[in-house]
Amino acid sequence: MGEIKASYVRPLDIKHGRVDMSHGSGGRAMAQLIEELFTSALGNEYLGQGDDGAVLPQVRGRLVMATDSHVVSPLFFPGGDIGCLSVHGTINDVAVMGATPLYLAASFILEEGFPLADLKRIVESMALAAHTAGVPVVTGDTKVVEQGKGDGVFITTTGIGVMRDNLALSGNLAQAGDKILLSGTLGDHGMAILSQREGLKFDAPIVSDTAALHGLIACMLDCGASIRTLRDPTRGGLATTLNEIAKQSGVGMMLHESAIPINKPVEAACEFLGLDPLYVANEGKLIAICTAEDAERLLAVMRAHVQGQQATIIGEVLADTHNFVQMTTKMGGRRIVDWLTGEQLPRIC
Amino acid sequence: MKYIDEFRDGELAKTISTNIAMEVCADKNYNLMEFCGGHTHAISRYGLTDLLPAQITLIHGPGCPVCVLPIGRVDHAIKLALEQDVILCTYGDCLRVPASNGLSLLKAKARGADVRMVYSTTDALKLAQQHPEKQVVFFAIGFETTTPPTAVIIKQAQALALKNFSVICNHVLTPAAMHAILANEGGAKLHGFVGPAHVSTVIGSRPYEVFAYDYKKPVVIAGFEPLDVMQAILMLVRQVNDGRAEVENEFTRAVTREGNLKAQALVDEVFELRDEFEWRGLGTISNSALKLRSAFAEFDAERRFGLQYQSVPDYKACECGAILRGEKRPQQCKIFGTVCTPENPVGSCMVSSEGACAAHYTYGRFKDVAVMAA
Ligand code: SF4
Repeated sequence: MGEIKASYVRPLDIKHGRVDMSHGSGGRAMAQLIEELFTSALGNEYLGQGDDGAVLPQVRGRLVMATDSHVVSPLFFPGGDIGCLSVHGTINDVAVMGATPLYLAASFILEEGFPLADLKRIVESMALAAHTAGVPVVTGDTKVVEQGKGDGVFITTTGIGVMRDNLALSGNLAQAGDKILLSGTLGDHGMAILSQREGLKFDAPIVSDTAALHGLIACMLDCGASIRTLRDPTRGGLATTLNEIAKQSGVGMMLHESAIPINKPVEAACEFLGLDPLYVANEGKLIAICTAEDAERLLAVMRAHVQGQQATIIGEVLADTHNFVQMTTKMGGRRIVDWLTGEQLPRIC
Repeated sequence: MKYIDEFRDGELAKTISTNIAMEVCADKNYNLMEFCGGHTHAISRYGLTDLLPAQITLIHGPGCPVCVLPIGRVDHAIKLALEQDVILCTYGDCLRVPASNGLSLLKAKARGADVRMVYSTTDALKLAQQHPEKQVVFFAIGFETTTPPTAVIIKQAQALALKNFSVICNHVLTPAAMHAILANEGGAKLHGFVGPAHVSTVIGSRPYEVFAYDYKKPVVIAGFEPLDVMQAILMLVRQVNDGRAEVENEFTRAVTREGNLKAQALVDEVFELRDEFEWRGLGTISNSALKLRSAFAEFDAERRFGLQYQSVPDYKACECGAILRGEKRPQQCKIFGTVCTPENPVGSCMVSSEGACAAHYTYGRFKDVAVMAA
């Protein structure tokens, strides 16, 4: 991110321009792209230094670091785009560890030919998300790949946060008798994407739930309830996340289908495509496992926060050496909520 | 949207369940076969057996398209894909059906074969139009529900004079399979059928009348929603109690006696009966499947590539045959859940979510072991 010129340089043609190979070459074109498109939007004192890395102030406490690559098609969807998604995803990964997210790094892989106007929208959305969350993007990188070798834009973000003192959250701490809490409706993000891809139309479009959850998590940790595990059920959905926790902790679980909130359009879209909402991705929901004594208090705290208004207790942890996640269905029967086999496929018959 | 809730109302389910419990005779057995994989899936996914009294046993039938596909037919597809440099396309579940030499279409793909998954028959036709330099073969499977869409694209291919498109037709007939089951020893123990949902929208309820009148087995056609299934079971219990054997229709919102005449005419125009067809589990059954009429011969992959059918026995320990005939349950297979799992299926019943073994593994296997409560 070097200095350019003193004399006049023609600004980027954001309206009609496209990414070309020179934008990744390390030359003047790249410097211009970074300055006019990235630095100006994401601007903060660290990024503005223009060095290869960011020198950050000292922090006290244990550090948490998480990284996540974002590949999504379509890049823009109701409720968000790859830009804000890449900020939220990594903030959430840091926050569910029980840490306060502090800084992000972002790395872009751009495909030759990608419209600069779209790139600008994505970067601005990212900037807005980072700004709203109070977690700045302090360093970054861009590379350009030839046409056909990328899917428009890939973004990898890495986050750093600082742990609260004396806090231990982990997927291996769930114990028989604990309650399982969910912060809101399931499947909104995955079905927002899929309904765009499949061209499904609903009266009200399905909107992605992409959001940064560190505010909600801070309230939950502040209330002092004994929380054992926090997770955000992203890829693979609730079912996959709970199976992971059950296996890590060596326990079983019993869920209650009627307690699990699902928006009507999401339910209808899942039905149409033959998918199970328990396996569909979320980007703004969390699961908490908490002792039975503190569960109601934690639930009240979650419901008081805008992101947890629809929070419910969806089940409890059981002693079970088979680590089955079971569910009592709305019909009153019981079934397993198993690991996913391969990809979810629409039914043929 | 209201539609879904209406058929998944837990309270209503309880009421039907109570009625069933009150109406079954304590000293009677009710062995009811749900023919369709769609019903098997709904029963397992909603845990419906928990709502039924001990006298009622639900037996999974052969109505799962990939389950009844014999190894020899999948071998055809694999051979074409590996040796003839074609683009082979089919529905997702077909890709994982185990075939000879430890192969499946998915594994053939990993060895370089051009195998594509399609969501609909029109996707298959599109592939042929997009790749005029290549032969595109659609591996068509399914009961009467999926046959009309195959007929449609064959007619379209003819209208477009496509020279690079053909179909391996594995379309099979529901009534033929029901005959085979009743002719078999398992059939004697059956007291009634939960009849197909989507299949019956096409063929209507009339083809089942022979099972009620000649074989004296009650048939209740039911939709795929959990409440449909519960209601159908109640209706079957009543028929058994009354000593009646009739075809009743629970799924009147979609099924008529005559079925969809337009779809039937379309199928009849493109396809004719095969003399015989091998089913997994049920063996070779005459007049049980369809092939392309000679007017459409150029779109018949079996003719175009000179495919000769060869029967291949199932894996030794696999009980898919007995399960498809309704004689055994998944947990009675020695390799269920150990050697054979959804990740590594040995038999076809472990592949599709409608298969009896996959449904039991995915939703019901906790019942095989004691699970402690909290
Ligand atoms: S468990 Fe596997 S091998 Fe055994 S019957 Fe079922 S599908 Fe066949």
